Amino acid sequence: MVNVPEVLEIKGIVEESETVKTFIFDWDLTREIVPGQFVMVWNFSDEKPMSVSLIDHKRSEIGISIRRVGEFTSAVHELEEGDLMGVRGPYGRGFELMGRKLIIVGGGIGMAPLAALAEEAVARGMNVDAVVAARTSDELLFTERLEGAGVNIHTCTDDGTCGFQGFAHERLSEMDGEYDMAAVCGPEPMMFHVKEVLDDRGIPAQFSLERYMKCAVGICGQCCVDGTGWRVCAEGPVLWDHELRVVGEFGRYRRDSAGRRISW
Amino acid sequence: MLRTRICNIELRNPTMLAAGVMGSMASSLNRVYRAGAGAVVTKSFSLEPNEGYKNPTTVEVTGGIINAIGLSNPGVEAFKEELRGVDDDVPLIASVYGSSPEEFASVAASVEEYVDMIELNVSCPHAMAGCGASIGQDAGLTFRVVSAVKDAVDVPVSTKLTPNVTDIVEIAKSAEDAGSDALTLINSLGPGMKIDIKTAKPVLSNAFGGMSGPAIKPVAVRCVYDVYRSVEIPLIGAGGVRDFRDAVEFLFAGAVGVQVGTAIMYDGPEIFMRICRGLERFMIEEGFSSVDEMVGLAHEGV
Ligand SMILES: Cc1cc2nc3c(=O)[nH]c(=O)nc-3n(C[C@H](O)[C@H](O)[C@H](O)COP(=O)(O)OP(=O)(O)OC[C@H]3O[C@@H](n4cnc5c(N)ncnc54)[C@H](O)[C@@H]3O)c2cc1C
Ligand SMILES: Cc1cc2nc3c(=O)[nH]c(=O)nc-3n(C[C@H](O)[C@H](O)[C@H](O)COP(=O)(O)O)c2cc1C
Ligand code: FES
Repeated sequence: MVNVPEVLEIKGIVEESETVKTFIFDWDLTREIVPGQFVMVWNFSDEKPMSVSLIDHKRSEIGISIRRVGEFTSAVHELEEGDLMGVRGPYGRGFELMGRKLIIVGGGIGMAPLAALAEEAVARGMNVDAVVAARTSDELLFTERLEGAGVNIHTCTDDGTCGFQGFAHERLSEMDGEYDMAAVCGPEPMMFHVKEVLDDRGIPAQFSLERYMKCAVGICGQCCVDGTGWRVCAEGPVLWDHELRVVGEFGRYRRDSAGRRISW
Repeated sequence: MLRTRICNIELRNPTMLAAGVMGSMASSLNRVYRAGAGAVVTKSFSLEPNEGYKNPTTVEVTGGIINAIGLSNPGVEAFKEELRGVDDDVPLIASVYGSSPEEFASVAASVEEYVDMIELNVSCPHAMAGCGASIGQDAGLTFRVVSAVKDAVDVPVSTKLTPNVTDIVEIAKSAEDAGSDALTLINSLGPGMKIDIKTAKPVLSNAFGGMSGPAIKPVAVRCVYDVYRSVEIPLIGAGGVRDFRDAVEFLFAGAVGVQVGTAIMYDGPEIFMRICRGLERFMIEEGFSSVDEMVGLAHEGV
């Protein structure tokens, strides 16, 4: 039974930035995990979806990178090595890799699933470029880890502290490489603009969506999107560009825990 | 061959989406209908918005899941938007709940123009005090809720019952006496509970939740069988339906249609098409030419 939280000890914690920590767990990697899939993380008072940001087959480890934004994530940030957490999953449809040249575009904590994807792509012999975007340079995530893996990093920040001042889609527009595919994750308004650029250039792209999740197993319907009724926890969270075209709410609104619409 | 009628509503087949499963939005209701369901039931909604319980709200157990979502919904005003968005050809049933007969009646009356039927959720096993099963476990309260709704609307009304009672027949009769046009049997069983053995903590944030899925099917079939003998109104079966054989059992026990919920977790919305294909093949093999011929067969000669 996979839909039951398995209580695991936190094996290691990496401080990625002021606001982001990666929590590492031992994980039996004979069960398949694909970058872009997520797990439900339980701190014994609440449970939230988190992408898998590290998949280490050699050490049989997974990592989950959590950005401190509210009550749950702040509580998790207080935990230490050896503390316990419940993890169930993995869930959803992850990224598919194709071709030889990949570009990833990640905004903020959106780099989490892309970090795992980039490492897998490099391991498969693909050439990987990355646009890493954040508000300020201290918040640029996984740049050293990915550089070490052989990924070509292109950063940009809202405040220009890393050199390039501007948004991810602006940075992307200035790069003229040929790519076989793109993988994108970040705030939805960012993905919306990045999609326009990629569409213009005819680069096939996959996007990882966030919607409010309760069950994560495709039954409660909380994460369904307008246009198609797809469940982001089951048919997503990763969708292709041509699929997103029929998701009417993409870039416009999402829903809260009661199902009320909230504009991005 | 699968075409049937429930309370004068034409259905292309006797399967329905169960309340609370993929039923919060027009988009997913439409999708489930396109995937093959004969009708769809919405998530239960109420007068005011309700956030529901904190996660974890569902956990798998042997033979199904337990859930305590907590009847989260955006409230009737926002829900009307969704009802309007459901395609015209989709037979649509609104599941409503409240904490008093008046509240039930007012929610039902304000949406009746958009739907073909109203289902009364007086049976949720983990609802807040005064809602859900605390009504459906009391024959007098059930009678008052059904009467109030019947006075307020013209569309058919089905009352959804809880198996968590000493005598389900007594409750069924009181709903029928109050004018309910049909009964839906059953809501989730229990409540049940799951405890993590490493930490000794209940997994659901609400500690308890309703049990659903294949494990509750025998209880649900028995409830339909039991109630069929005592009431005249049509019964809609729910509880653990996963393939056409399960649907046949419910029909033989006395249901005119079946709802499917938890099985969507295992098989996706495509399950409706699969159940219908299997049912049709079964009917051809066994020489049935309509669903009606099958209803209640398990009672013959008993
Ligand atoms: C598929 C998926 C993968 C995710 N991966 C990551 C990740 O790798 N790292 C990370 O830091 N965050 C990730 N998130 C977001 C993360 O789940 C929320 O940021 C977190 O739940 C916030 O909780 P909080 O209590 O700290 O903040 P709150 O103040 O409760 O919420 C802040 C915002 O988070 C969102 N949120 C809250 N609860 C949920 C929920 N149950 N489901 C979905 N969104 C919710 C809401 O939009 C809310 O506005 C992911 C979300 C999804 C859907
Ligand atoms: C996640 C979930 C949410 C549910 N929400 C509701 C609800 O809002 N109203 C209701 O009347 N029943 C609700 N139910 C009960 C189902 O409609 C159904 O009666 C029950 O699950 C048994 O059928 P099944 O075994 O096919 O799931 C819910 C069930 C599940 C699993
Ligand atoms: S979170 Fe329940 S269906 Fe996706």
